[in-house]
Amino acid sequence: MRKFVIQALKKPFTAVMIAILIGFLVGAVTLALGGFDPGRGYSLLITGVTSNTRRMAQVLVNAVPIIMTGLAVSFAVRTGMFNIGADGQFIMGQVTGAILGYYVPMPAIIHPLFIMVCAFVVGGLYASFAAYLKNRFGIHEVISSIMLNWNAYYFMNFIVNMKSVKVPGSQHSPEIFDTAKITFFSREFRTTAEGEALLAKHPWLESVVRTDAGYAILVMIAVTLLLWVILKYTRIGFELRAVGYNYHAAEFAAMPVKRNALLSMFISGGTAALGGAMLVMSTSYFITMLGATEGYGWDGISVALIAGNHPIGCIFAGLLYSALKLGGTEIQSRMGAPTEIINIMIGALVLCIAFAPALPRLAERLERKE
Amino acid sequence: MEQDTRTLPDETRGNENETADALNKGQGGVSDYAVEMYDISKSFGPLKALDHVDLAVRKGTIHALLGENGAGKSTLMKILYGLYSKDAGEIRIMGEPCDIKNPKQAITHGIGMVHQHFMLVENMTIAENIVLGSEVTKSLGRLDRERMNRTIREFGEQYGLEVDPRQVIMDVSVATQQRVEILKALYRGADILILDEPTAVLTPQEIDNLIVTMHRLVEGGKTVIIITHKLKEIMASSEYCTIIRRGKVVDTVRVQDVTEKDLASMMVGREVMLTTEKDKASPGEVIMEINDLTVKDNRGIEKVKNLSLHIRRGEILAIAGVDGNGQTELIEAITGLRKSEQGEIIVNGQHIENGLPLDSHKSGIRTIHEDRHKRGLVLDFQVGENLILESYKEKRFQGRCGLLSWKKINDYANRQIDKYDIRPAGSALQRAKELSGGNQQKVIVARTVEQEPDLLLACQPTRGLDVGAIEYVRQALVQQRDQGRAVLLISYELDEVFDIADRINVVYNGQIVADLDPQTTDEQAVGLLMAGGSQ
Repeated sequence: MRKFVIQALKKPFTAVMIAILIGFLVGAVTLALGGFDPGRGYSLLITGVTSNTRRMAQVLVNAVPIIMTGLAVSFAVRTGMFNIGADGQFIMGQVTGAILGYYVPMPAIIHPLFIMVCAFVVGGLYASFAAYLKNRFGIHEVISSIMLNWNAYYFMNFIVNMKSVKVPGSQHSPEIFDTAKITFFSREFRTTAEGEALLAKHPWLESVVRTDAGYAILVMIAVTLLLWVILKYTRIGFELRAVGYNYHAAEFAAMPVKRNALLSMFISGGTAALGGAMLVMSTSYFITMLGATEGYGWDGISVALIAGNHPIGCIFAGLLYSALKLGGTEIQSRMGAPTEIINIMIGALVLCIAFAPALPRLAERLERKE
Repeated sequence: MEQDTRTLPDETRGNENETADALNKGQGGVSDYAVEMYDISKSFGPLKALDHVDLAVRKGTIHALLGENGAGKSTLMKILYGLYSKDAGEIRIMGEPCDIKNPKQAITHGIGMVHQHFMLVENMTIAENIVLGSEVTKSLGRLDRERMNRTIREFGEQYGLEVDPRQVIMDVSVATQQRVEILKALYRGADILILDEPTAVLTPQEIDNLIVTMHRLVEGGKTVIIITHKLKEIMASSEYCTIIRRGKVVDTVRVQDVTEKDLASMMVGREVMLTTEKDKASPGEVIMEINDLTVKDNRGIEKVKNLSLHIRRGEILAIAGVDGNGQTELIEAITGLRKSEQGEIIVNGQHIENGLPLDSHKSGIRTIHEDRHKRGLVLDFQVGENLILESYKEKRFQGRCGLLSWKKINDYANRQIDKYDIRPAGSALQRAKELSGGNQQKVIVARTVEQEPDLLLACQPTRGLDVGAIEYVRQALVQQRDQGRAVLLISYELDEVFDIADRINVVYNGQIVADLDPQTTDEQAVGLLMAGGSQ
């Protein structure tokens, strides 16, 4: 038994499970302190997600942007760059998507592909600037990328606020053309007779038709696999990981460490921006004047942490994160408990994940005392 | 008592009666032995770190524990000091059976330990570090610095360990820090002092001083246990020596009855060559030429000054010198890590001064760096990944579409692990940080040698290694030479220089002050030159 516990403590997966458990415990205590029944809260949280397929699909749709930023952050961390700027890169992707989606008319299929490539390049270059500053002047990427978040945020507001962009009488940019949208079915389709007929015939399609589910999900999965292959199976990935673990040894082994810093940030920033562009193309369709950033990049940091910076792990972490958020709205609407409870839970969870490296050490101690 | 289960080492030299005595005595009452450990076993998971180990240390002696890296000598002492718990066995201190659960209990039993890595508060003074936890105070708990400093000064003089109590730790030398650690242990009332690899960080001069100090402590009635794998120091300091190999006691011997060679073979378990066998060198054409090179360090001080040297194929050129005479900067200039002020470095006809590490590689140089953790290995990488760290671009590691084939890489790695006797066997998938220091170094040697460089720079290639591994590395270097490659050896140890060099260049203050043939000179002469004397 003891042996089993020690072995289990050494597995990173155990740490994540324990952290999730503690997160839920903290959430329960908070609910109880607020005078709510934790049992009912959690049953609402779970049924709120699992009650119907449309909700489950919604969890997946909501997860795509934070999985993309999570991928961005974890790829950078794996390669030795702490990219705090995913939020700014995500915003640059949103701007690119909204502008190119309206001002550059193109045929369908080509239009979204064009936008995705452009957004990737824009976000990649934007993030590489932080790496350039590090290479050239030794400015730490945490500082510069965090500042670039603000630049991106104000840049978006500036763009939206331009006379030629802002839709009169509103606070947002014009809606992108249908050619640029990437949902499986358009929103209008849901209410047409044709759509009603299809749903009546195949009720299981509801989850796809009634949500913003679209090609973004497939792109997200493809990017995840691609990043994983790059890290694990390519020579560039080998270099990037070597630099990430030990810059000095990589430099001494004649690897181009400075170029790799640029490349790592380019891929990371591009991934985040791709997430931003896909959000515009599948859900928001335009960009809005904002009083604060929507925080997709910051959520991405949490997702990367929970995932242990593994690309595949990001998918699961993002889904968990997204499910908690969606279930949280259920707690609010049905019980009157504030959704902040969910934020506290996620906070506790992430905090516990940060303690995860202590577990193998604890296991070693137990082993020694044995 | 489990008398019958206690086993003596099969073969003892000189002192078998005494050891037997030790085991029969000490059933209470006064004992001749300060420390008795019987039948100690300890496992870490599947690994048996200690397997029924017996150790008896006479009062008032210096007792050495000798063993290869990872043999279990540190584990044994950590059990004595209460850092690890034992699986089985019995410990007696001064004849009293006792159960030591933590260092605090060890200290109350009069045991002190000086660790390999010092545990001092860097920004506090020597006196503050020593009294930490039992401060001398005036009323209201105010520190009485004056009395504290006086006490510590007198305390140090009593043991011949003079220190200035007011100096701050980060300003004093490593040797002084070690004195502080020893004083700290004595101040806490230690009668039995354990020193873990105390000489690893010291210069030869400082090692001599330490040995004097150890003798003085013993004269003052203390008992000293020293963990080491350096044979010379055991011969110079210790009365008894217990040899441990792979978790088992090989023997306990009286040092005066044995030779260095005996100790070495007992430690490694086979005959060991303390000197490397090699034929005469047959140098070929010049492969690297350095002319008039000047290099500054980070603070802008010229560490290499108008240095010139050359090295030919098929020879081992040793740069002998005391640490800090420009060796580090010279290597950094050759390997592309540091810019030079003036001069040229020509390798195979290519100028590589002020180049990048890649230029150094392209010209045919590979380097065993002196700092294996910082520059030599990616510790979090697997052994296999480390073995291909400089050759990952080669076709033979690729599968389909030019992607890396981990099967090919790991097959290659396991072949190298066999070939270079890297332990544990088949460790391609283990992380490099899980290997012992000697085996980590073998990984670097394997990787470097396998690339068949024209010029191999070996910077302190055997630092911190035990005799078996040292023998291995030196032979590998000689083999490189025999295959017609050039080896540039940077070493601070004259033993090593004289063991394998075909030619010696003495470096002093950033310049080559002598170009010597080891056949016609001796250690004294080179030592004098290294210290700035003239020929």
